[in-house]
Amino acid sequence: MQATKKMEFWVGLMVLITLLATLFMALKVSNFGQMAGLQETNSYRVTAHFTDIGGLKPRAKVSMGGVVIGRVNHIQLDPTTFKAVVHIDMDSRFAHIPADSSASILTSGLLGDQYIGIEPGGDEESLRDGSVITFTQPAMVLEKLIGQFLVKLSEK
Amino acid sequence: MRAQIEQVGAQFIALTSSFAQGFWFSLQLLWAVPSALLRVREWMRQLYFAGVLSLLIVMVAGFFVGMVLALQGYNILVSFNATEIVGQMVSLSLLRELGPVVAALLFAGRAGSALTAELGLMKSTEQLSALEMMGLDPVKRIFAPRFIAVLLALPMLAMLFSVMGILGGYLVAVPGLSVDDGAFWAQIQASVSWDEDVINSMIKSLVFAVTIGLVALFQGVQAMPTAEGVSRATTNTVVHSSLLVLGLDFVLTALMFN
Repeated sequence: MQATKKMEFWVGLMVLITLLATLFMALKVSNFGQMAGLQETNSYRVTAHFTDIGGLKPRAKVSMGGVVIGRVNHIQLDPTTFKAVVHIDMDSRFAHIPADSSASILTSGLLGDQYIGIEPGGDEESLRDGSVITFTQPAMVLEKLIGQFLVKLSEK
Repeated sequence: MRAQIEQVGAQFIALTSSFAQGFWFSLQLLWAVPSALLRVREWMRQLYFAGVLSLLIVMVAGFFVGMVLALQGYNILVSFNATEIVGQMVSLSLLRELGPVVAALLFAGRAGSALTAELGLMKSTEQLSALEMMGLDPVKRIFAPRFIAVLLALPMLAMLFSVMGILGGYLVAVPGLSVDDGAFWAQIQASVSWDEDVINSMIKSLVFAVTIGLVALFQGVQAMPTAEGVSRATTNTVVHSSLLVLGLDFVLTALMFN
C-alpha cells in the first residue's frame, strides 16, 4: 500500500511537469497564442503579381511598418503573363488598407527570411476579399544586382 | 548446389515466419490494449517503471544537449553577427529531431531493455505458461499494460527532453554568452510553429514509442529461456529499436518537413 502511494505520487508528478512543459511550449516557445488571432475565418484574401519573388515561401509574413498584418497562403505562376501570383491572407483587424497600396519583397537582415512589405497608398477605397495589389516591386536578386553593377562599370 | 538452395529456402522461411510472428503478436497486443486501459492500477505501475525511472536520465541528457547546441551554434553564428538566432536553432533542432530521437534512444536503452529482460526472465521461469494454465491471458495481463505505459511515457519524456534542452540553451546563451533576452525568445516564437513543429514532434515520439514497445515486448517473448537467450534478446531490443527509430525518423522527417 505504501509502495502504491509512492508510485502514484511520482507518476502524478511526472504528468504534472509534462503538462507544465507543454504549456511552456505553447505559450513561450511556439506561436500558439499568435495563431489564434489569424484564422481562416477572420482574414481576407488578396493577391499580388510579382515578376520575381526571390526566395519567398508560403507562411512568410506580410507586414506594414514592421507590424505583421498577414501571411502568404500560397504562390502560383500565372500561365499567361508568367508572373508569380502570391495569395495573401490579411488579418481582418486591418481592413482599411488603401486599395492602391504597393507591395515589395524585402529581406529581414542579411541572412533572414524574405517577407512582403506593404506601403500604404492614398486611395479612399480599401483592399477587400479578392482584390489585387497592382503596384509591386520584385525581390532583389543578388546576381542581377551584381550584373547591373558590372554593366554600369563597363559603360564608364 | 542443392544444399545452397536449401539454405536460402530455410533462411527465407525463418525470416518470413519471424515477420509473421511479429505481425501476429503486434495485432494481438493492439487488440488487447482497449481492455487493458481499464486496468489503470496495472499500467500506472508500469508507467512508474518505464517513465518515472527514466525521467532523470532523459532530463539531464536534454539539458546538456541543449547547452552544447547553444555553445556550438553561438560559435558559428557569432561570425555572422546573428547570435540572437541561437535560440531558434536550439529549439528547432530539439523539437524536430533531437528531442524525439535522443529521448527514444535513451528510452530504448533504459526502459526497453529492462522490459525485455523482465519478460525473458518471466518466460524462462515459466510464469507466462503458469498464467496461461490458470486461464489468464498473458497478452492482456502482462504485455498490454506495459505497452500502454511505453506509449504514454515516451511522448512525455520527449517533450521534457526538448523543454529541458531549450532551458539549457537559454542558460548558456543569455546569462552565459550575453545574448539579448528578449531577442532570444522573440526569435524562437517567430520561427517555432505549434502545429508544424510541436505537434509533429509529439507524433514522432508516439511512433517511436510504438516501435520500441513492440520490439521490446516481442524480443522478450521470443527470448530463448536461458541466461544467454535473455541477454541476447536484451541486446537485440536495444540494437533493433535504435536502428528502427533512426530509420523511421528519416521517413517521418521526409514526410513532415518537405
